Amino acid sequence: MKKVIMGTEAAALAAVLARVQVVAAYPITPQTVTVEELSNYVATGELEAEFLSVESEHSAMAACVGASATGCRTFTATSSHGLALMHEMLHHAAGGRLPIVMLNANRALSPPWNLYCDHTDSLSQRDTGWIQLYCSDVQDVLDSILIAYKVAEQAMLPIMINLDGFYLTHTSEIVDIPSQMEVDRYLPAYQPAEKVDPDAPSTYGAVCGADLYASLKCRRQKDMLAVEEAWLEAANDFANAFGRLHPTVEAYMSEDAEVVIVTIGTAGGAALLAAQSLRREGVAAGSLRLGLIRPFPKRSFTEAVKGAKHIVVLDRDISFGAEGIVAQEIKACLYGRSFAQVHGFVAGIGGNDITPEKLIEMVRQALSGTGDSVFLGESTWVEVIV
Amino acid sequence: MLGIRIHGRGGQGAVVASKILAKAYFRQGLFVQAFPAFGMERRGAPVAAYVRVDVTRARARGEITNPDVCVVLDPKLLELVDVTKGLASESILILNYPVASNAPTFKAVGIQAVVNANEIALTHGLGSRLAPIVNTVILGAYAKVVRKPLLEMQNLIEAIKESVPSKQKQNAAAAYQAYELVEIQEKI
Repeated sequence: MKKVIMGTEAAALAAVLARVQVVAAYPITPQTVTVEELSNYVATGELEAEFLSVESEHSAMAACVGASATGCRTFTATSSHGLALMHEMLHHAAGGRLPIVMLNANRALSPPWNLYCDHTDSLSQRDTGWIQLYCSDVQDVLDSILIAYKVAEQAMLPIMINLDGFYLTHTSEIVDIPSQMEVDRYLPAYQPAEKVDPDAPSTYGAVCGADLYASLKCRRQKDMLAVEEAWLEAANDFANAFGRLHPTVEAYMSEDAEVVIVTIGTAGGAALLAAQSLRREGVAAGSLRLGLIRPFPKRSFTEAVKGAKHIVVLDRDISFGAEGIVAQEIKACLYGRSFAQVHGFVAGIGGNDITPEKLIEMVRQALSGTGDSVFLGESTWVEVIV
Repeated sequence: MLGIRIHGRGGQGAVVASKILAKAYFRQGLFVQAFPAFGMERRGAPVAAYVRVDVTRARARGEITNPDVCVVLDPKLLELVDVTKGLASESILILNYPVASNAPTFKAVGIQAVVNANEIALTHGLGSRLAPIVNTVILGAYAKVVRKPLLEMQNLIEAIKESVPSKQKQNAAAAYQAYELVEIQEKI
């Protein structure tokens, strides 16, 4: 059934369709509607789950860790400062090999106070061991949460599904909502190999020495690296069942492109339009939207940009003292594999719209090496006063 | 693509109006996207909401810089906000204004339409004299004024029912009245 709904509503619906058993969440703009909707679904009985109203995001994630350890399918949602407050528990969820799925509405971090889109919140949690995915539209939000449970429960790793604050959380679009029967067929009930069980007590997360500690981390890295293929497989199964493909990277005319515009999140739409425009002007341009960023989809990405001479990267984030985080990821991926020049741009942070025109200007600056933007470190900042 | 911008104040229902329009056009088989721009997200502060309507899926997001239609929910906003920003000679401007003949004339636009939405809202018990709720009212006027693509009143009413939980009959009746009463000033 097709309906016009917002990203936050789509996320709550996805959790219902995934038949999550525990929701522990704390509301925060711009994620609030997801928590309100889920609380309502539990109250009306449409979702048979335990809804835990907690006093903070740290507690929300702690409750999710506990619930998931007992073998329940667990969901939470947060944003920005809420995600930052969870930081310690994010490590615990990943290290505990708990397949929690969390929605994160990308929002700026204060000071100064700002409610609008910015990716520094989630990208600064990159090294906590969570799989991270960024959505392109409202349908992508609903579908990705369903795919995420499939991948998480296979890899035994938690997944963070990111959606751009306001550009997706508050944007209403047409969404094809699958039936419960179809989703049940795609995503059967979670059957953990191990779980905390009072009738069969055992110890989890005990103290251990360096040898075992290092080995466990190494195994986690091995499993994390396998997620790129696991995601593609789960996405293919999803496409076979529902007719919609959500790949790890969404490339547009990149095969023969000299310059490829790389984005994450909703800016992918503007990048595609920019590439179309540039093609009309005779510039061999393409675009690529990274869906997965952890693990970095090395195979799909290098394949998609192998002919490119220039890669223009949009970062809606900044790692102070270094450069945009996505640009760093791309340089690390391409080192020794490609001679393409990577041009990092920091733009659209704190809520500035990313338009095709702005991206075209970035491409022009990258190709000509001129422009009146501010060049700092390795990144070019646009629309700033310094 | 048809681009629509709705000006209102926080709490007046501009964002809900954008969703109603999206849902109404969706009923006609079109692709839609509704997006709010809250500014500082405070009750009473100026807000804008945008709707994209097209025969294909919209790839662009965020503010519509050159809208085809601009709807203004609050007459006082005309003193605060440049409601004609980005409008062209083919654009349509729909104003809520007490007396049509006293409404300011905006030369930049092709069609200007005026409806006393406050009065109609109060007649149907929508909101109070200090804070009338005019969003569904002005959409009735919209359905009369905007002809391409034509918005069927029936689809608008269904979308209102879907989006407004209370006083559905009153909201529908108010929309119909605005459809009848809106004054269209077409320029040659």
